[in-house]
Order: sequence, then C-alpha cells, then structure tokens
Amino acid sequence: MADTALVLQLDDVRYRWPGRTSFGLNVPKLLLQRAETVLLLGESGSGKSTLLSLICGTIIAQSGRVAVAGEDLASLSPGMRDRFRAEQIGLIFQQFNLLPFASVMDNILLPLRFAPRRRNRVKDLKAEANRLCHDLGLPEEALTTRAGALSVGQQQRVAAARALIGTPPLIIADEPTSSLDAATQATFLELLFAQSRAHDTTLLMVSHDARLSPQFDRVIHMADIAQTERGIT
Amino acid sequence: MILRLAFGSLIARALTVCMTILAIALSVALFLGVEKVRTGAKASFADTISGTDLIIGARSGTVQLLLYSVFRIGNATNNLTWESYQDIAQRPEVDWIVPISLGDSHRQFRVMGTTPAFFDRYKYRSGQSLAVQDGAIMVDLFDTVIGADVATTLGYKIGDPIVVAHGLASFSEHKDQPFRVSGILEKTGTPVDRTVIVSLQAIEAIHVDWKSGAQIPGQSTPADVIRQMDLKPQAVTAALVGVKSRLQVFKLQRSINEYPQEPLLAILPGVALQELWQIVGIAETALIGVSAMVVVTALIGMMATIFSSLNERRREMAIFRAMGARPRVILGLLVLEAVLMAALGAALGLALLYAGLFIGQPLIDSAFGLWLPIEPPTMREVWVLLGVVVAGAFVSLVPALRAYRMSLADGMMVRI
Repeated sequence: MADTALVLQLDDVRYRWPGRTSFGLNVPKLLLQRAETVLLLGESGSGKSTLLSLICGTIIAQSGRVAVAGEDLASLSPGMRDRFRAEQIGLIFQQFNLLPFASVMDNILLPLRFAPRRRNRVKDLKAEANRLCHDLGLPEEALTTRAGALSVGQQQRVAAARALIGTPPLIIADEPTSSLDAATQATFLELLFAQSRAHDTTLLMVSHDARLSPQFDRVIHMADIAQTERGIT
Repeated sequence: MILRLAFGSLIARALTVCMTILAIALSVALFLGVEKVRTGAKASFADTISGTDLIIGARSGTVQLLLYSVFRIGNATNNLTWESYQDIAQRPEVDWIVPISLGDSHRQFRVMGTTPAFFDRYKYRSGQSLAVQDGAIMVDLFDTVIGADVATTLGYKIGDPIVVAHGLASFSEHKDQPFRVSGILEKTGTPVDRTVIVSLQAIEAIHVDWKSGAQIPGQSTPADVIRQMDLKPQAVTAALVGVKSRLQVFKLQRSINEYPQEPLLAILPGVALQELWQIVGIAETALIGVSAMVVVTALIGMMATIFSSLNERRREMAIFRAMGARPRVILGLLVLEAVLMAALGAALGLALLYAGLFIGQPLIDSAFGLWLPIEPPTMREVWVLLGVVVAGAFVSLVPALRAYRMSLADGMMVRI
C-alpha cells in the first residue's frame, strides 16, 4: 500500500537518453514527504533536468519506479501522464516562464485547463487568481495585464501563482530565483514558502546556489542521490 | 481559453500574421473575382439576346455569325441578298424578321442599319424590351438612335449631329450626309449600348455617292434629293427571326441551311452560345487553374510562416506541455491558428472583392461592356471560402506535426 505521507518516491531508477550513449542517470532512492521543502543542489550536467523530466513524466525510466502521490508514472499512458502532471505538479522555471502574449489571469489559470480535478478544487477561478496575486504581492490590476509587460520579478510571482493554484501536492521550481536580484530573490522565496506551507505543499527546488540551504527543511545534492554515467560521444 | 490564447499568439506575431492573411485575402479576392468575371461574362452574353429563334447570315461559322450579328465582334465574310431576305420573310413559319446591316462606324462604335421592328422585337435579359430614355426612334431618313454608352462616352444629346465613317477603321467619312441624334436608349448591359442605330434605308443613303468602297470624286448628292430616291437595300448582313411555333424552328433552320439560291447559315442563338463556351472553356479552365494556384501559393506561404515560427515558439510549446497539455493540444493549437488565419484571409478576401466590385463595376462596364452584378455570395462562392479554410487546416498539418514531434522530444525542458 502506498505511503500517503510520501509525495515523491524514486526507487532504483535508471534512465539513458535514446540514441545517446554519452549520458545516463541512476537514482537508487529519493523520497519527499508531504509539506517538505527540499533544495536540490547540483552542478551543470549533473542530471538535474533529466531528473525533473522523470518526475514530471515527460520521459519514462528504463527501469525502476517513479511515483508521484503514490501513482507509478510508468503505469500511465502518455496522455494520462500529461493530465496527471497537470493535476499533481506545479512547475516554476528559471525564466521565460509565462506565455508573454497572454494575460496574467490566463497564465495563472492555464494548468487548470488540463486538470479538471485541480480545477474543481477552486470554487471561483478569478477570485482565487486574485487572492494568489495579492498574497504574492502583485497588484490587482496586474491580472488583466499582458504577462510580457511585467518585470522579471513580477513574472516569477505570476509563475508561482500558476504553480500554486488548485493546490497541487508537489511544486517543482527549477532555479526560479537565478534571474532575480538578491532582495527580490528573498521576497520571492518567502512568499513561495508561505504559500506552500499554507497548503501543505511539497516544494522541490533545484538550484546551484548553496546559500539558499538554510531556508529549506532538507538539502540534497545530486551527487549523493544519483550516479551519472558518461561515455564517449 | 485555448481560442483566446491562439488569438493572443497570432496578435503577438501581428506583422507576419497580417502579411500572411493579406496574401490569402488577395488570392481569395482574385479567385472569386475571376469567378465573378467568368459568370458575369456568361450571364452578360446569355442575356444579350432573348426571344430570337434563329439568326440568319451568309454561310460561315456558327460562332462567327453569332459574334458579329449580336455582339458586334468580328465581321461578316459575306452578305445576305435582299431577295433571299425577302424570300425567307415570306415563309409561312416566319412570325417576324428583322434585318441587320453592319459595316460602318462612328468613332469606336459600330453603326447598325435596321428597321423600326428591331425596337419591338429585340429582347434581352429574359425578354426585356429596349426603351428610349430621351427623344424618340428614327422618323427622318437621317435620324439615329444611339445606345446609352455612346451617349455617355461621346457626351451626345438629342439633336447633336453625327458623321458616320465608312468601314470600321477608315478615315473616309460620310460627311455629306450627317445624321441627327433623335433618341438615346436606356442602358441594357448589351452591345446595343455601344451601337449607333440608323434605318436600313439610311445605310443605302450614305452610300449613294460611293462605289467600290470609295467616294466617287466630285459627286455629292444633296440630302433632300436622296430622300426622294428609292433606297431599297441590295443586301443585309444578317437577320433575326422569330417563328410562329417552336416546333418549326429546326425545319426552317434546315431549309435555310439548304437554301439553293445562295449559301446561307441559320443558327439557334442558345446552341451557338454553347459552342462559344466550349471554345472559351479551355481558357476559362486555365484562368480558374491559375487563380486557384495563387490561393494554393498563399496557403503554402502560410505554412512557411508557421514553419519559420516553430523554433522561436519552442518555449511556448514547452510551457503548454509543462502545464499538462498533450502533444496533440500543441498540434491542435497550430491547426487552430492556421484555420483562424485562413478564415480571416477568406473573409477579408470577400470584403476586398466586394469593395473592388463597388469601385470597378462602372469602370468595367464602360471599358468592356461587362456588367458585374453585386449580389450576395453564391453557394459556390461560400464553398470556395470554406474550401480555403479547410485547405488551410490541411496545409498547417505539416508544420503542426513537426511541432507535435518537437514537443514530444523537448518535453518541458527547452533551453533557448
């Protein structure tokens, strides 16, 4: 029976990119608990992006098990995996996070378009988007603004609101603060922590920056959880 | 929301999208324009003569006789003698007969000699009769009735003098026997609008002093003297015939075609028109083919635009994928954008066509005598517009499938 306190579970996962003998990733064990905030540190080329793709189900491990909220991703069809991702995972990228031509409101509500159960958890879409924007320090009038017209810091807050809406159990943030200045970085992280704690959401944040470590419940290094295989290209 | 996002994405690339839409619009306007001209020309030709059962002339080609007698295009190779004309007129099957004598001109307009019966018997556009907008039909020998386009183009009014030139492209004029405009006809949209109509006797009258195509030197008979002369025609160019019973048409046609005294030809106008369409059918098909290729080219241009935008839009597709969109949503989004562009292009093309018709209708009418009616789109045109949208969707499948494969390969991790 699945452990309901576990949001993410990787067991003896092995992945090699098709047609490429140069790189492979092995993750013997990785467990993330509900409401846990985890910082994943790793150098460039350590396999962070591959790990995130495995967790999000856009690629499937050749062996081993990747389970999100107790569901083995390999047991789902590609279409079901896409929907499962929309239902269970909120994503924040480093930059170019939003559809620049769409309004802030449309950007925030976009994942709900593909996740009916997550959508059903939100009673009033506009009110919830408005609340998140307010909690993340965005002015109310920003909702109707074109996302491309916002500053980088504001865009990251919108991305955070989009990841948080409908309270998915897992939020993955891929270096979300790397393009922000120090002050904005600190504010953004505070807001993100506050929101994830308020909704018992698990936060897995990927970064190069070890200085962020004290703010997280747990810090893991790619080198400790994964072995990468490098061959001749 | 997806439709709104598709619109938003198009607006974000406004310049290239507008150019693509404009290219589609122009090609659609051209295609529908060719259709309008084609159907307009057919309708215009078909409307030119109505209620005439047979056209008789000297033996030549069926289409040639139709063209020179009705449309004033080309020339007769020979005439129909007055004796033969009268003989045919006496036949029991003949209800009415109207002679036509062509050969002279005034400025760029043809001069036609006929009898007053022409104004009663000539029908166009499903049986409409000629009507005089100003003045009256000929009373005096040197009276003339002019078509609406002649009056408009040359600025003629009742009482103005007209000097007829000998032949069609001649510098010799019948200066000694000028005509007077006695009537101006209402516009008909037929070659009558571009015709100077005189009496059959007047054609003889202006040639009294002429022999072998040239004026006899030093000879100029006064008009009053000519009026006293017996101006019985020697020959006419053609004759329009109505029969008493439709059942007798073929019998009369056969007997005229086998006329022993001189080689004659009798044609059914509708059949001759069909032959004409068959002749021009190849050119017509080629014209439609060329304009269809222009539409295809515009759609391929749209495909190229979508293709060229794919790389810069990989981040956008990755965001959709990260938010849970299946690759087929990406495919659908690109097809939807193409459908929107094609639909906007088709709608704009239709608008351009009607704007062009409003502006060009009087110009085309005066320049070519071709009346293009401004009517709501026909079902055929609606199908063409729908076809453009569907073809746009099909064409976009090529870049959309590439985007589908790219989004599968990229997933949500694109570093640009």
